[in-house]
Amino acid sequence: MKTFPLGGVHPSDNKKWSCAKPVEVLELPDVVNIPLGQHIGAPATAKVAKGDKVLTGQLIAEATGFMSANIHSPISGTVTAVDMQLNGQGLRQMMITIKREGDEWMPEIDRSAEIKRECNLDSAAIIAKIKDAGIVGMGGATFPTHVKLSIPNGCKAEYLIINGVECEPYLTSDHRTMLERGEELLIGVEILKKALNVEKAIIGIENNKPDAIAHLRKLIAEKQFAVTVEPLKVQYPQGGEKQLIAAVTGREVPPPPGLPIHVGAVVCNASTSVAIYEAVQKNKPLIERVVTITGKSLKEPRNLLTRMGTPVAKLVEMAGGLPEGDVKVVNGGPMMGRAMVNLDSPVTKGCSGVTVLSGKEANRVEAETCIKCAKCVSACPMGLEPYLISKMSKKQMWDGVESERITDCIECGCCQYTCPAGLPLLDYIRLGKQTVMGIIRARAAANAPKK
Amino acid sequence: MANKFFVAPSPHVHSAQSTQSLMRDVIIALLPALAVSVWVYGLNVLLVTAVAVVSCVLFEFLIQKYLLGGASTIGNLSAVVTGVLLAFNLPSNIPLWIVVIGAAVAIGVAKMTFGGLGRNPFNPALVGRVFLLIAYPVQMTSFAKPTAGQYVDTFSGATPLAAVKANLVEVSDVNLLNMLNGMMPGSLGEIASLALIIGGLYMLWRKVITWHIPVAVLGTMALFAAVVAFMKGGGSLFYELPAFHLMAGGALLGAIFMATDYVTSPMTHKGMLIYGVGIGLITMVIRLWGAYPEGMSFAILFMNAVTPLINKYVKPKRFGLMSGK
Amino acid sequence: MTVLLSTIATLSVLGILAAVILYFVAQKFKVEEDPRIDEVETMLPGANCGGCGFAGCRAMAEAMVKQDDISALYCPVGGAECMKSMATYLGKVAPEKEPTVATVRCGGVCSKRPRTNEYAGAKSCAVASPLYVGETACAYGCLGYGDCVEACQFDAIKVNPETGIAEVDADKCTACGACVKACPKKIIELRKKWPKNRAVYVSCVSKDKGAVTMKACKAGCIGCGKCAKVCAFEAITVEGGVAYIDSQKCKLCRKCVNECPTGAIALVGLAPLPKEPKVAPAAKPAAEKTAEPKAEAVKNESVNEQK
Repeated sequence: MKTFPLGGVHPSDNKKWSCAKPVEVLELPDVVNIPLGQHIGAPATAKVAKGDKVLTGQLIAEATGFMSANIHSPISGTVTAVDMQLNGQGLRQMMITIKREGDEWMPEIDRSAEIKRECNLDSAAIIAKIKDAGIVGMGGATFPTHVKLSIPNGCKAEYLIINGVECEPYLTSDHRTMLERGEELLIGVEILKKALNVEKAIIGIENNKPDAIAHLRKLIAEKQFAVTVEPLKVQYPQGGEKQLIAAVTGREVPPPPGLPIHVGAVVCNASTSVAIYEAVQKNKPLIERVVTITGKSLKEPRNLLTRMGTPVAKLVEMAGGLPEGDVKVVNGGPMMGRAMVNLDSPVTKGCSGVTVLSGKEANRVEAETCIKCAKCVSACPMGLEPYLISKMSKKQMWDGVESERITDCIECGCCQYTCPAGLPLLDYIRLGKQTVMGIIRARAAANAPKK
Repeated sequence: MANKFFVAPSPHVHSAQSTQSLMRDVIIALLPALAVSVWVYGLNVLLVTAVAVVSCVLFEFLIQKYLLGGASTIGNLSAVVTGVLLAFNLPSNIPLWIVVIGAAVAIGVAKMTFGGLGRNPFNPALVGRVFLLIAYPVQMTSFAKPTAGQYVDTFSGATPLAAVKANLVEVSDVNLLNMLNGMMPGSLGEIASLALIIGGLYMLWRKVITWHIPVAVLGTMALFAAVVAFMKGGGSLFYELPAFHLMAGGALLGAIFMATDYVTSPMTHKGMLIYGVGIGLITMVIRLWGAYPEGMSFAILFMNAVTPLINKYVKPKRFGLMSGK
Repeated sequence: MTVLLSTIATLSVLGILAAVILYFVAQKFKVEEDPRIDEVETMLPGANCGGCGFAGCRAMAEAMVKQDDISALYCPVGGAECMKSMATYLGKVAPEKEPTVATVRCGGVCSKRPRTNEYAGAKSCAVASPLYVGETACAYGCLGYGDCVEACQFDAIKVNPETGIAEVDADKCTACGACVKACPKKIIELRKKWPKNRAVYVSCVSKDKGAVTMKACKAGCIGCGKCAKVCAFEAITVEGGVAYIDSQKCKLCRKCVNECPTGAIALVGLAPLPKEPKVAPAAKPAAEKTAEPKAEAVKNESVNEQK
């Protein structure tokens, strides 16, 4: 079975809590908060003001430049504020607040259940539709999809890889989407192939989802899609973009500033593919997504089709409320998700799940001294020496960590997961990486005028 | 809300392995060899081991408490491992006061002087052993005869390595089966070849160690021995000499348990291979041409000293530079 | 005997050979340096703290010797005296600066700023700060993980476990500025050092709106501006919802302290003014006129001080 070439760990996947739960439609929230910055790149510019009436699917904020994304209203109602609100981390962020009145959709959105396979648009038109719909990578990275699909000059896409790996423990939203919306997903892949003008399309799925693999293979055979499904070894971080490309194609994306397209690959998340189908064939912007609310201690883990901007507290409530005692609520999965302090914060485009860890799981193990066991070095999928760059970052040796290639780090957390001494390796590596990236940017800015 | 919210950067989960669990697995892996040793040499083995362990733990505790300060680290069991390994490197009939001195050197000089676990440049148990070997050469090289079974002494009380070196016996006359099950004179932990291999496999299975160091050390030694056998004319010596060298003396104990000591071995797989090959080569050179019959401890200590250099210059494979593209 | 002689001979030859090689290598790699640099370096405190902006005392000494105009150079640790002695030695004019002291501008002690969660990550402000708001609801306050303590080479700053806030020992502080750089929340400021470590400053940097600040911390500045109105020296400005007292203009008159509804203005080394019913606003222009010339007399030369 294929896998990526270096490192990796095997955390227990904990998918059993929610993988068998069909997607349910979450009841509409009364009030939504829509952050203007919920994608990588410049925050969108608000197009509505307090008091404006909006319909479901109406554009409420426009992309600011190319590297940005449109945002649409997930409900119909009245805008009550465009102001700073607390996000999940308790920090202030610009958001549009909308009070719901009914659920009236924009007329051009096709809400019928009929599946439309035929697509006569050309590449540019498809990308334009995707851009209009405000689609971003729904696996968590929230990279604007139209940017990814716009191949830079001199590059040629050879492979379209659909990321159905979902290697994060606990999360099952992509899994359920592949099972329940397989045909739409495959049509989305066809559309993407057309947009990128590529022949080879491969769906990579981790082998702990045999039902999804079988289901998609059956659909492909029955309905004759030119797509292959590649089962991958269960190993974290199989779903990391660079790891997935290496696993599927055997090609390795060169170190930064190398991009997937430099090895001829474009990776797109499975849920994003469904969103692309909806945007192109049904005119439906990205206003809702499947969110897994899960955790060992929750009464009722679920997969919920949630409108953007719904408070996380509502999902928690649907799952039976928080357990007593120590908890850690994570936006995303436990390997890369962000811990939350404010549950009133909204679900955003990149939120594939909310994981509730409780009791002993909520806190970290106590840190001891490094015993130089080299487990972090073996676990690092990028071939770095986490023990070293972490220590150097802690000592603020920025030149040193830069030459130790800290910018290669994908922040997957394998090193810290595996460290028997329980050291906060990634905490300091992340700090070092951010600092070094800042130094590199400053250097580039300083050198720019000279040439 | 009755909840206490915890916040930390990702990752939010951790593997079940801890320093303590790793050390516990090493101790478990050492038990078969200890059992064989008790069978071969009698209960004295347990006494020596117990004294070594207790004094190592005690020295660590006392030094931590009265000299270094800070929280006690004996809970991570590393001192226990050092104690067992030190005992494994001693003859079963050694006076117990020498064991205590060995423990004092191992913990006091080789480990705590540098700040405790994780900071010592040399393997503490080996430093203890080499100190004793130089300070008390007579006691350290007078081995008891195995008492189990119908043991026939072919080595005149010396270890197989010493006997061969002194030309008392020919390698082709050595009973290799006896060496496999531990029926030979030697340090109490190094004789049980089969049990040590089982311990090594257990550690591999539990992901305590990787294969790189043991395979590099033993592979180099076997290859070296095979070349020597070839020079001597080959024949049955071709497999006898490598097998003899792998099972004689501290080869297995050293390769599986001593050389793989986390703190003093390199961090990268490539580095581990270089380190292992270095140990294998030096050991064989000392065994064949040196003044001592056995060179494992010296070889490991020497390569310990080279480890920082290996760490500095041998870097892991970098993702993105391997494929031709 | 021959063994002994040959040993001595070999060693002597080896020694001479090595000495000759060393001599030539030393000649080849000799670096010409101004001897004054060494001299100046010995005059510097030798803390290598980087407070002057150079990598260490040696680099500072080099700059002192090489630059003709040393007015831009200043060693905050050695202070005016040290600068003067070096300048006299080099025959240059020493810059003059008023002594300053690091000041932690956060009064959100545990009792006034309730904790809403527990941070379990690496104990470093630089790690926690970009991650989230912090253990309280105030996104601007002191985190208390002690990055400033790590940065301080003079043992002058400590996190008080009772309050959870960093505190400066003004007598030990050399105003090198290391803590100012280390604080990701930009709470620490170098302020003018008064005799007996007296100080009046706004102990809050929260840019939140008043109501939000109040909710997070009872000791926060809500930007009401009462202090600015009462100040006779125009030392207080309110910007972005938070008041700021310019330490160069402040005369320690303490009027603002009594005005503050939340007690966000800290008063150190002085007793507060007796509570008066109300200070008449009309008194302000008059006070200004009389106080201004005096202020000049105190020789309040403009100093480009860090924000």
